[in-house]
Amino acid sequence: MKTLRLVLAGLAVGAGGGLAWAAFAPPHVASRDELFEIPQGTWARRMAGNKVEILPSRIDLTLGLNDRLLLRNLDDVPQQFGPVLVMPGQSFRLPFEVASTYSFDCTAHASGQMSIVVAEAPATPWDRLRWRWNRMRTKIHA
Amino acid sequence: MRCVLALSLAGAWALASAAAPTPVGLKAGAFDPPQAAADFPDGVLASDGGALKLSRYRGKVVLLVFGFTHCPAVCPTTLATLAEARKSLGADAAAMQVVYVTVDPERDDAAHVRHYLAGFDPTFVGGTGQPQALEQLRRRYGVTAQKVPARDGSADYAMSHSTSIWLIDREGRLRALMPFGHSAADFAHDVRQLLALR
Repeated sequence: MKTLRLVLAGLAVGAGGGLAWAAFAPPHVASRDELFEIPQGTWARRMAGNKVEILPSRIDLTLGLNDRLLLRNLDDVPQQFGPVLVMPGQSFRLPFEVASTYSFDCTAHASGQMSIVVAEAPATPWDRLRWRWNRMRTKIHA
Repeated sequence: MRCVLALSLAGAWALASAAAPTPVGLKAGAFDPPQAAADFPDGVLASDGGALKLSRYRGKVVLLVFGFTHCPAVCPTTLATLAEARKSLGADAAAMQVVYVTVDPERDDAAHVRHYLAGFDPTFVGGTGQPQALEQLRRRYGVTAQKVPARDGSADYAMSHSTSIWLIDREGRLRALMPFGHSAADFAHDVRQLLALR
């Protein structure tokens, strides 16, 4: 019984410490580039009738953290993303400096639109928690 | 023959690879590696006379815009911004060339485009001409344009079109794409960066 209490207390301290870290530690990312790659053979798969989603219809970026959209075309044919035509083997890196929602026409999506939502860097503990939570969720779903 | 072709391709690739890297601090979105910008097909006419070819502007940074003169908001905003950017460049202004290609050749003939552009900056050059040639040009740059009929049922119409601006360096390489909405200061910044490339 005593051991169980100790384990539970340890877990509580660990969870509390984790939450405190997530709320107060300044967010950090390895690169400011939010990368989306078009794999080789994408066009061929599309031509074969497969539904291939490369970009989500909404992309979330954060100023000062991941505020550059990086599109890399590894396919053998040019690929169009909204207004951008990216040639085979080419990359396109688009920086953002203002928090806002940017909408682009994009025929690759059913809605015909692609949105890039650029948010301010999280400044409060609550904002940091939410940012880390959303980032983790995005990574899991990717 | 194959060897000659292979060598030519290798040479072309080496030349393309030799291009100075696009500066990382551009406000616009940058292409890496930069590639030769598609030249204009035959049938595209310049508002100042003759065929319109990109090669005419080697040595200058070209800002390529697609639009139509009846555009109520986006085109006037973009052209006014580019005129302001050009003015702010001072002595470097002569090395910046705006090329405005219509997506509405039905209403935008060369004289009309010239008159329209003169209201912003007399150095701006327009492009119009055969619809097929203009469509081919739009495909080369991934530009969309679509006629939108008037809601009142009249014969009037608008054009829905791509609003970005393409930035082409002095050597004719497509370097960057600036989405609509950037300031004159951002354009001037990027033009200066591209002019500094060697």
